[in-house]
Order: sequence, then C-alpha cells, then structure tokens
Amino acid sequence: MAKTLFEKVWDAHVVDIWSNPNAPKKEENKNLIYIDLHLVHEVTSPQAFDGLRLNKRKVRRPDLTFATMDHNVPTKDRDKPVKDPISAKQMEYLKRNCDEFGVPCFDLKSYNQGVVHVIGPELGLTLPGKTVVCGDSHTSTHGAFGALAFGIGTSEVEHVLATQCLVQSKAKTMRVNFKGKLNPGVYAKDMVLALIGKIGTAGATGFVLEYAGEAIEALSMEGRMTICNMSIEAGARAGMIAPDEKTFEYLKGREHAPKGAEWEKAVAYWRTLKTDAGAKFDVELDIDCNRLAPQVTWGTSPGMVVDVTANMPKLADAKDDVERVGIKKALEYMDFAEGTAIENIKLDKVFIGSCTNSRIEDLREAAKVIKNRKVAGSIKLAMVVPGSHRVKDQAEKEGLHEVFKSAGFEWREPGCSMCLAMNDDVLEPGERCASTSNRNFEGRQGKGGRTYLVSPAMAALAAIHGHFVDARKEV
Amino acid sequence: MEKFKTVTSKAAPLDMPNVDTDQIIPKNFLKRVERTGFGQFLFNDWRFNDDGSENKSFVLNQPEHKGARILLARDNFGCGSSREHAPWALLDYGFQVIIAPSFADIFHNNCFQNGILPIRMPAEQVEELFQAVKKDAATEFTVDLEKKTITFAGKSLPFDLAEPMRQKLLLGLDDIGWTLQFDAEIAAHEKQVVAGIRVA
Repeated sequence: MAKTLFEKVWDAHVVDIWSNPNAPKKEENKNLIYIDLHLVHEVTSPQAFDGLRLNKRKVRRPDLTFATMDHNVPTKDRDKPVKDPISAKQMEYLKRNCDEFGVPCFDLKSYNQGVVHVIGPELGLTLPGKTVVCGDSHTSTHGAFGALAFGIGTSEVEHVLATQCLVQSKAKTMRVNFKGKLNPGVYAKDMVLALIGKIGTAGATGFVLEYAGEAIEALSMEGRMTICNMSIEAGARAGMIAPDEKTFEYLKGREHAPKGAEWEKAVAYWRTLKTDAGAKFDVELDIDCNRLAPQVTWGTSPGMVVDVTANMPKLADAKDDVERVGIKKALEYMDFAEGTAIENIKLDKVFIGSCTNSRIEDLREAAKVIKNRKVAGSIKLAMVVPGSHRVKDQAEKEGLHEVFKSAGFEWREPGCSMCLAMNDDVLEPGERCASTSNRNFEGRQGKGGRTYLVSPAMAALAAIHGHFVDARKEV
Repeated sequence: MEKFKTVTSKAAPLDMPNVDTDQIIPKNFLKRVERTGFGQFLFNDWRFNDDGSENKSFVLNQPEHKGARILLARDNFGCGSSREHAPWALLDYGFQVIIAPSFADIFHNNCFQNGILPIRMPAEQVEELFQAVKKDAATEFTVDLEKKTITFAGKSLPFDLAEPMRQKLLLGLDDIGWTLQFDAEIAAHEKQVVAGIRVA
C-alpha cells in the first residue's frame, strides 16, 4: 500500500505489544512508539528526574538521551557566575540530574552547548527516519531531516526517560505544496508565516504536516528547519520534509552521524523515506511562492500576519464575533488603530536569534543586507544571538560578527535569549521588537512587550530604518 | 495521580480564543523545580496589575466566579509552549475540568497526565454553556465522566472522550506503570530496529 513519509516513520517505531494479554485493543488508537533520540533542557526536566527518583526508576537509554542548557542561560558575561539565583539553580539541577542518571550534558562550559534544536542537527544526532522528542514544542524543527519530531510535556519526558517509549494516538496527515519560486527578499520564514496566516494557529491541530514542492526542495537545510520549527504555531503535532541529497550532504561527517559502511546503509534506507506516489493525505493544500511577499505579524498570535506592504485589519473585516474580539484585544495590546500600515510601525529593539532563525544562513542573510550601514538612532538595542558555538565560530570566520558590530548590533553568546526572555534579555513594557523568533504572544519577550515576527533580513533592515521596509526592494 | 470523580461546580467563563500557555503561566514562573505551587501564578499577567494588586476586571477575580472548578474556554485553548506548568497551575488553582471547542495537542495530552479532564464540545454547545453562566453565574454544572454528560439547569449534554483516556482518568492510572508491563516487547523492538532501520 502506498504510504506517506509520516506513515513510514511511524510504522517503523510502533512497538508490537499486541501478543501481550495486557495490550489494549488495536482499534483503541493507543500505540507504544519507540523514541530514538530524547533531547533534554533545564526548564522542563527537573520534575521528570524527580519522578524517576521517587519511583526508584532508571533512565532506560542514557545513550539515546542528550541534555543542554539554553532556555535561561545568560548571553553575555559568561565568565562570571549566573546572576539570577533561580536560573543558576535550574542549571545546577540539570547537571546534577544528568550526572546521577548517566546522561551526557552540554553545560555552559561545553563547546556543544547551544539552543537544543540547533545543536541536535549540528552534532548529527538528528537523522532521517528517527523519532525525536524534547520537552519543548519547537522540537518539530528536526522534521526538516525527515525525522518524526515533536514536543512533549514533563510527564512525557519522565515517561521517555523511564521507558524510551511514548503512548500516542496516530495523527492525521496534511501535505502543504509550496509551488513556484521565492523572489529575492522572501525567505523560508515568510513561507511558514504565510501558511499560518492562511490556516490559522489551530489549522493543523491533530495533523502531522508534510512540506513539499519546488520551493521546499530549493531551500537549504537551515530554511527547511525554519519551516518545520513553526509547524507547532499552526497547531501541528509535527512537520516533516523528505530527506534528499542536501540532507545527506549536511549530515555527512557530523560527530554522531553513521560512518563508513553504516553511512552507506543508512543513506540507502533514508532514500526510501519519501511519500509514495498515490499515498493519500487527509488534507492537501497549495501555497503559491511566486507571489509571496515578506510577512510581518501585527498582533498577539502568529496567525495575525500580513504582507509588509499591507495594513493591519479592520474590525469590520472579522468573519465572526469571536474573531472580532480577538482582533480588538490584539490591537489594544499592540496599541494601534485598526487599519494602520505595517511600514508605519516604529521599533525599539531588534532580536536576531532563536531556534527558528539563529543558524549560519540566517546570519548570512541578515549580514548581507546591512553591510556598511548603521542601526537607526531610534533603535535602543539590536542584538544577534547565534544558536550555537559552531554557528558563532563559523560566522566569525566569515567576518559576519564585524558586519553586525560595526552596524551597531550586539554580538552575544548562544542561547534562547529574547525569544522567551527567561534570562536578562527582555523587552520593557510597551517596547516594540522586530524578532526572528516564533511567538508574538502577549508578554512573550517581557511583560507588556510587543513582538513582530519576521525573517532575519527583514529584522536586520528594520534595525537600519527604525521601521519595517519591504526586503524585496533592498536585496 | 488521583482518580477523577464527578465534579459539581460553578463554571468560570474565559471568553477568548487562542489562550496560550504563556498566558496561563508566564515564563518568569517556570523556574521552580517542583510540580506544586504554580496556582498562585495562574494567568499572572491578566490576574494582577503591575503593582501586584488584583485586576478586578479579570474574570477569575470577579466574586461570582471565585471557587469555580470548571473553566469554560474558546477555540485552541492551551496553544504554544509545551510547558506542563500550565496544567499544573490550573489544577493547583482548583480547575479540574476545562471545556472548549478545541484544544492544542500538547496541552490536551498534558491534562490527562495530571488528572484534568479537557472536554471538547461543538462550539454551539460551548456557547450554550457560556450563555447559561451569563444568565446566572451561580449555575451549577455536574460533569459525570462515567456517563460522559454535563448536566446543568435541568438539561444534560453528552460529550465524547476516547475510551483509553476516560479509563486513565477514572482509574488515576500512571502511564509509566502501564508501559512498563511491555518491557519484553520494548526490548525485542530495540534488538530489531535501530533509528528506524531494521537490523534483525
């Protein structure tokens, strides 16, 4: 029978429990799924390790489990002790838990430390056909390699630590075909924001998305990760892209990727990981990339997004009362009148970073548009936070840090930083920030802060001009 | 996990779609290393003014809705971050049942891990519940998980829930204990399949 990519990966991981008399009926949609890679970070794991201790349980496969610190690490003054005692305690707990249970931990002293969804692929831990989980919703990022990757809660973290499995119901499937070619100045971030704008933040709830089409094939691995990363913002359980030569090229020689004969065997298997002709999806939809414009969110949900050349919505445009209430509340929070032009939004801060857009290509695209230019005087802070030490070193080798610094950007150490502002990098109440991150929820970057989600090039240009401009006119 | 018993209570109406987990529990309260004590921070940025005083206009601060153990919500409740601190905060504050037309997946799963019953109902029926509270905030709702019904103001609405989830809540079952019965099957899988590739 013709299968989708998702179904192939799913089927390879269902643990056959049905000869056991305690197994549920097969039609109950309760499956035990084996997990090949479990990534752990400091914020969603302490209670899980505690649960293990309480029940005298061990980590079943410490060799398939890797931990790092990213959510609340400081991005400067790393040589000094962490200022916030509670953050320091959480990091200390992670290290102690990992030591006790035999899990490798990339702490602040490690070269491998970085944003969990940046280092997984970099280390070759993320591979096509694997099941990958982490106590973080943006685990969907790893789907860019043809892995089935999704975020889980802390109880499930404990469950995977103890059993290396998860109890899951099978998701429905949706394929999004990105047709045509992106124009210069339009990027992967714009593709995924446009998708979320089209189907809404719950548009893919209960689905695993597969991204396909000419525009997806043309993307680098970094671009593909940006798209899969934001699958969760459309409500999807996971997003996947079939692996191809670019995928293999990216992975070859990485520390944990298979080597020699194992590599050949793996690639032969990975080549089978694509949706068969004739396989059925529950839903299919197309997005035309030829006409896609740079996207900017205007409100407090990633689905509240329009073209950079457009205006914020008017209350009368809402399709029903529930949507009208949502628009009204968002406009009030963002402090704008309905119908205001996006290009008129004056910004206070600019953040380039996060698991969505902190990889080398993101930094290259941003650096390219600001070379020999200066950050506008009205911008209080513009910062670049690379996703990992490898990204940082590569950027420095290419001289990108000098481009950023001479323009007036701060160049920081790797971490999640102002994407969720659990460390010192926060917005003050009322401040407006052009951000390459993934969520523009109320207070996400600091209480009262206002977030506008854009691509790295759009954020960099916004820093230069002090407001949004159409990247298509500047590249 | 405690067994889920029939809940009879008032319902608090949170009348907005896409309530995300960043609102349910803002990130500055995620630094605790325990599972308990998060209720005091539930909806912190909506519940409290900048000076720490109660925001009187927020629904949970209105006297007629205090003590509710049922939360009425709109579409896509619990979207965003996977933080399980969100259901921990809701439960710790006192909510045992959340009723909405739709929930975000991870949040929905997290509820079952903590003995919270998330009920999905058609939007028209959820609207009916909102109207009942609007008419009389003291309306008592009885949520019966055995019968899968919500009874209020002399009428009864059925709701749907997958059987394994219903059993899990009724029996207060711990997932890990359930999975560990299949230790031999998991070990067999590990010998046969590595990273999705069949090796034996």
